[in-house]
Amino acid sequence: MSQQNTKTIAAISTPQAPGGIGIVRISGPMARKFAQAVFTSRSGKKLEELRGYQALYGRVHDGDETIDEAIALNFIAPASFTGEDVVELSCHGGLYLMRRVLKAVFAAGAVPAGPGEFTRRAFLNGKIGLTEAESVMQLIGAQGEQAARAALAGHDGALERKIVKIRETLIRTAAHLSAWADYPEEDIPEVGGDALAQTLVRADGELDDLLRTFDAGRALREGVNTVIAGRPNVGKSTLMNLLAGCERSIVTQYAGTTRDVVEDTVLLGGIPLRLADTAGIHLTEDPVERLGVQRAREKLEQAQLVLAVFDSSQELNGEDIELTEAVSSIPAVAVVNKSDLPPKIDMEYLQSRYRSVVTVSALSGTGLKELESAVSNLLQTANLDPSEGILFTERQRDAARKARDCVKESLRAVKQGMTLDAVTVSMEGAVSALLELTGERATEAVVDSVFSHFCVGK
Amino acid sequence: MRYEAGTYDVAVIGAGHAGIEAALAAARLGCRTCVFTINMDAVGNCPCNPSIGGTAKGHLVREIDALGGEMGRTADEATIQSRMLNLGKGPAVHSLRAQIDRREYGKIMKHKLELQPNLHLKQAEIVEIAPEEDGVWRVVTRMDAVYRAKTVVLATGTFLAGKIYVGDVSYESGPDGLFPAKFLSDSLRKLNLRLRRFKTGTPARVLKSSIDYRDLEVQKGDEPVVPFSYDTEKPIRNKAVCHISWTNEETKRIILANIHRSPLFSGMIEGVGPRYCPSIEDKVVRFSEKKRHQLFIEPCGLDTEEMYLQGMSSSLPEDVQLAFYHSIPGLEHVVIMRSAYAIEYDCVDPQQMGPTLEFQDCPGLYGAGQFNGSSGYEEAAAQGIVAGINAALKVLGREPLILDRASSYIGTLVDDLITKGASDPYRMMTSRSEYRLVLRQDNADERMTPIGRKLGLISDERWERFQKKEQMKKRELERAEKTVFPPSEALNHLLVSHETSAVSTGVKLAELLRRPQLNYEILAPVDPGRPDLPAAVFENVEIEIKYEGYIKRQKADIAEMRRLEERRLPEHTDYTQVVGLRTEAQEKLNRIQPASVGQASRISGVSPADISVLLIWLSRRREG
Repeated sequence: MSQQNTKTIAAISTPQAPGGIGIVRISGPMARKFAQAVFTSRSGKKLEELRGYQALYGRVHDGDETIDEAIALNFIAPASFTGEDVVELSCHGGLYLMRRVLKAVFAAGAVPAGPGEFTRRAFLNGKIGLTEAESVMQLIGAQGEQAARAALAGHDGALERKIVKIRETLIRTAAHLSAWADYPEEDIPEVGGDALAQTLVRADGELDDLLRTFDAGRALREGVNTVIAGRPNVGKSTLMNLLAGCERSIVTQYAGTTRDVVEDTVLLGGIPLRLADTAGIHLTEDPVERLGVQRAREKLEQAQLVLAVFDSSQELNGEDIELTEAVSSIPAVAVVNKSDLPPKIDMEYLQSRYRSVVTVSALSGTGLKELESAVSNLLQTANLDPSEGILFTERQRDAARKARDCVKESLRAVKQGMTLDAVTVSMEGAVSALLELTGERATEAVVDSVFSHFCVGK
Repeated sequence: MRYEAGTYDVAVIGAGHAGIEAALAAARLGCRTCVFTINMDAVGNCPCNPSIGGTAKGHLVREIDALGGEMGRTADEATIQSRMLNLGKGPAVHSLRAQIDRREYGKIMKHKLELQPNLHLKQAEIVEIAPEEDGVWRVVTRMDAVYRAKTVVLATGTFLAGKIYVGDVSYESGPDGLFPAKFLSDSLRKLNLRLRRFKTGTPARVLKSSIDYRDLEVQKGDEPVVPFSYDTEKPIRNKAVCHISWTNEETKRIILANIHRSPLFSGMIEGVGPRYCPSIEDKVVRFSEKKRHQLFIEPCGLDTEEMYLQGMSSSLPEDVQLAFYHSIPGLEHVVIMRSAYAIEYDCVDPQQMGPTLEFQDCPGLYGAGQFNGSSGYEEAAAQGIVAGINAALKVLGREPLILDRASSYIGTLVDDLITKGASDPYRMMTSRSEYRLVLRQDNADERMTPIGRKLGLISDERWERFQKKEQMKKRELERAEKTVFPPSEALNHLLVSHETSAVSTGVKLAELLRRPQLNYEILAPVDPGRPDLPAAVFENVEIEIKYEGYIKRQKADIAEMRRLEERRLPEHTDYTQVVGLRTEAQEKLNRIQPASVGQASRISGVSPADISVLLIWLSRRREG
């Protein structure tokens, strides 16, 4: 990869939404030249004359035509986010204006940045670590507020710190065992089996906890496919409106997706739920209705969360029972609606069949908090403190799993009375898996995964 | 006046442990070889401990032997006491260590060099090494004799600009009062070799009859003695014992009260000392919380009364040495025959070498042993055989021998030196090998002998014996997997008495061997069909079965490692031209010039991000 081959890239690096300030970021060896082509400073000073972190005020133009007023902020390699020369043009924002600025920069010679390409360059230039890079990628793609917080925590290195802590314990113990084996002439005390087992049990527990954050983290990040199910007129639509309504301002519409059944994404307790309202799943003779039922069943099978809605003012019928059977292996909350009406429903049955039963009034909005915590508990996001650092990607999960398996293996070896050389070899396996996790060890597997993650080399 | 003294294929500078292996390997591969020693009576000298082997070092000796080297055989011949260390700590760390008669060892080695066809042993101080125009090296002695050699192996040990320190006394000297090599360093600097100062030390030798043994713990050898060499068939007997004593608060007090008189602490010595083999004053200062340190009293030979005090090396003045030795139980009235001393010497930055131990910028010039920044006889011999083999292969126009980390401790040692360099004298340890359940001392022949055979260093007779042993291992492994013991009362009684669960159905021998509580010896009474095989075969089979899972995992790791190892990097690359590499990585890669992406990934300061940049660069380079 020579200098000539490194393209200078540009993109709008603020959210593409109407808003205050928008930034066009240009990164690469020609960043200043391309920026200069579209920017003229009020003072007449050129970007080339600036030192790092200095800015000029002026205007962005497309040929002779002024597009916007702007501040051009200059970064000199390697002191920039990407580690390359960078110019950031801060304009007044507005989608149309920003796009015109970007177009002008492209006309000057820059090429569009691929998804995550700034981050990829920052990573390749050694500006950020692997977990940090992944966190930035997640931050870009984060949907909910909690996911963004967790991504930020990763960016700050919270995950790294957590892993380093586990790793250091293992390294210290392994080092003691090695010294004990390598220096028989020095009277180095033997590490007792009990103390060793204790250390390993603790590391095992910490890795287990960390691994649990993955599913919860994924829920936070990617959202949860949620089906609101129940027989007609139990209040599914009302519940849906209630959920959507209470967070209306940050609801995302999935326009243009092929998954037509997905109707809305709402945030419930910080978790993005991709809601689908379904038809009932009762037996029917009507061919049209049967098609609906068929789709509802498929939808149920794919669901990661089911909100099974019941009418508290009515007794359970066959269709309710059928639904309950159908969701028995899916995380499901029984939502008992119409709490404002006199209850007739068999709560005991529901409580015996669902891990969570919540009574709400979709109409008045009572019970929403309870529903929120029931869902958090069910998805294990309740006890998740995203600022503590969580596992984000499958690569991280795999490495953590490998580390945990190695720890378990060494624990087993200790308990079976295997010789300690076998124990240390497994412990070192755990350590290197954790080094892989934080990207400090370059096995080909890590490098491969980096490549696929960042689409490098295409 | 200079005169032409002769031409050789390979010239070896130094006849210590590295030089000996280098010279013998080169001569045995058919190269006309000359080995120069500064003193004919110091060939194969052991100026420090009178022992060979120890943790990880024992592995090295086994591997050198299995590859066709000499150290193991000679050690066996000179052994006066032998122990297998770390029994009970696991097969990966079992290590053989033998007390040797140090005079006997040197004598045998010298005679072997003298008898070796293709080999000349000469006493001379080398003062100049320089390339000639035709790619041949000029080697000049102090007597102005000019030799020409196609390749040269530098194995100068602690002789190169050697300087001895005892308290505030210091003088130019090699080890054991031998002459130092005073002129060669300047010549090497002209070749742009980066020389630096290292130091090492040795304890006093004391008079046997002045030691009071009454309260000292005795350490006896193991019976029967396990030899280092796969060639040794004659039984070895333990002929001597060692003793153990401890330092105390008084020892510590004396040392601390005089610490200002140590050349190490006063700053006289600039050389970097070994972290892993510290002097007693180093130990007292660095591990101040420790109340006592162990020491071993070891005989230097059978026909000498000199005793070596292992663990008590020092560079304090003689009067302080005497005072603190006298504070130790058993040594209250000890008579010092030779004082402890520190020696400082020139050595090279091994990062200038490639995996064949050839200097990257000086084709045909190789380095081995302490000259490369290592410490220890075994480490020296291991590099010696690698350098000697490669120096010969280069002359013969054959493919070089590169031993990777997964092949051996020898390969691990070389890779560590050339990749990570040595910030202090490098000592081998089992923890340095990530593949140590595979790289065991019991299977060194399995790993190295086929390589030695291919090179031409293993005789037909030995090769046949090796193959026979491999056959036996294979058959016994099969038998263990096939043999089923029915659940008898005798078997269950045996199992329960060794605290492992009884069986209710038939059980395979291999399954029982997998249980940590059991071994071949214990199972002998219930295994009547067992063939009569050498102990080494049972040992190997038992380990292979018991640790099968771990060994399999390590072999998978090895396969993974070798994938990156196969991505070769071009020689003499200017990494500043590889954009995307961080400056630190560029500098290190330029300096070390790794042979492969795998080696690059082990350089500290080269991050995974740099490795991905290298991989991209490599693939683009291939496409372009």
